[in-house]
Amino acid sequence: MPDAIIEIDKVSKRFGQLEVLKDLTFNVAPGEKLALIGPSGSGKTTILRILMTLEQINGGHIKVDGEQLWHMPANGGLAPANEAHLHRMRAKIGMVFQLFNLFPHMTVLRNVMLPPILTQGVRKEDAEARAMELLDMVGMAEKATAKPAQLSGGQKQRVAIARALALQPKVMLFDEVTSALDPELVEEVLNVMRRLAEETDMTMLLVTHEMSFAHDFADRVLFFDGGRIVEEGPPDQIFTNPREERTQGFLKKVIAAGQRI
Amino acid sequence: MEWSWQFVEEILPDLFRGFLVTIEATILGSIVAAILGLVFAILRRSDNRLISRPVGFIVEFIRGTPLLVQLYFLFYVLPDVGIVLAPLVAGVIGLGLHYATYTSEVYRAGINNVPRGQWEAAKAANLSSFQTWRYVILPQALPPMIPALANYFIAMFKETPLLAAITVLELMNEAKSIANYTYRYIEPMTMVGVFFLAVSIPSVVVLRWMERRFGRIGQE
Repeated sequence: MPDAIIEIDKVSKRFGQLEVLKDLTFNVAPGEKLALIGPSGSGKTTILRILMTLEQINGGHIKVDGEQLWHMPANGGLAPANEAHLHRMRAKIGMVFQLFNLFPHMTVLRNVMLPPILTQGVRKEDAEARAMELLDMVGMAEKATAKPAQLSGGQKQRVAIARALALQPKVMLFDEVTSALDPELVEEVLNVMRRLAEETDMTMLLVTHEMSFAHDFADRVLFFDGGRIVEEGPPDQIFTNPREERTQGFLKKVIAAGQRI
Repeated sequence: MEWSWQFVEEILPDLFRGFLVTIEATILGSIVAAILGLVFAILRRSDNRLISRPVGFIVEFIRGTPLLVQLYFLFYVLPDVGIVLAPLVAGVIGLGLHYATYTSEVYRAGINNVPRGQWEAAKAANLSSFQTWRYVILPQALPPMIPALANYFIAMFKETPLLAAITVLELMNEAKSIANYTYRYIEPMTMVGVFFLAVSIPSVVVLRWMERRFGRIGQE
C-alpha cells in the first residue's frame, strides 16, 4: 500500500504477563473503511485504544498521517513521545466509545461544541452553528438542549458520533459502538455510520460484533485472534469464503448465535 | 450558684464579639481547607512520584498530629525562625491546613467516582490536562462532595475554641476571660454552648437539604 494514513509496524502490547498484541503489522489507506473482527480478548479494541493514545505500546512503531504517534524525532533518532507531541497527534484522531462517554453535566449541544472551542480555538458562534449542523445530520438537533441522562442509548451514541466529528479528525475509531445498545436501537446508529461512510472520505476503523454491518460497511476486514491478524481480505472473501480454520470457526459461532452475515 | 439573666445581658456584647471572630475563623479556615484540599488531592494523583509521594507524606503527617500541637507550632515556634503570625492568621492557617488533609480525602473519593470513560472521552476530544479537570472532571466530582465537605466545615466550626490556646479572642476565649475576672462560669459557658448550637443545628438542616440536592447528579 503506497500511501498509508496509518502504518502499524511490529507493535506489541502487554498487560502484565498477558501479551495482547504480538508484532502486529498492518497499514490503512486514506479513506479506507476497515473492520476489525474477532473473539473477545483478541486485541482488536486494544489497537484502537493505542491509536487514541489511551494505551501505550511496549514495542514497535506507529505512524499516523506520516508522523510517528508514540515517538518523536530526537538527535537523528526517535525518542518516546512527550505530552505535547501526543496532544498534536490526537488532533488527527477521533473515537466513539462503546459506553458513549458523553459529558453528563453538559447539554447535548455543549457536548458537541465545547471540544472545538477548547482545542481548536473555534469561535463560540461558529462552534455552535457547526454543532447544530452535525446534530442535524445525526438526527439529534431537536434534543440539543437535553442532558445525556434524558436520552436513549442510541440517541447518546449518535450525539457521541457528532461530538467526535466536530473535531474533524482524519481518522475515526469506532469501538463496539452498538454493543451496549438495546437491539431495537442498533439500526439508528448504524444508519448514521452508513451515511458517514457514503458522504465523507474519512478513514474509519471499526471494531464490531455486527457482522452483517461490517460486511456492508467495510472495504477490508481484519480477523484477529490471540493478538495477531489471522486473516484479512475484502468482506466478501472473509465472510463467505474464509480460508483460515479459525476464521471459519469464529464465523460459525457467530451464525450459531443467530447473526446474519 | 444562681443563674442571672442580668449577668447574661451584661456579657452578651463581649460574647457576641467573640462569636463573630469564631465565624470569621471558620469561614476563612473553610476556604483554605477547600482550596488546599483540592490541591493536595490533585497533586497526590500526579504520575510524577517526586510530587505525589512527598505530598502524600505531608498530608498523612498533618492528619496524624493534633490540631492543638500544630497551632502551638504556628504561633509559638515559628517566631523562633523569624515568622511571626497574628493570632487569627495562625489560627486560620492551622484550621485550614489541618482540615485540608480531611477534605483532600473527600476530593479524592469524589474524583475517583468519575468514571474512567470520562477521562478517556476528554483525551479523545484532545482536551489538555487543565481543561480535563476544569470542564470534565471537577464539574462532575464536586457537587456530590458538597455535603461531605460541609460536614467537615461544621466540625471545624466546633473546633475553633482551640484557637483560644493561641490567644485568638474568639467566643471561648471571651467566655474564659469573663469567667476569669467575675468568677462566674455558668452563664458564659452556657452561652457559648447556645451560640454553637444556634449555628450547628441550622447547619445540619442545611446539610440534609444539600445531601438531597447534590447527592446525585445526572449519571449517564
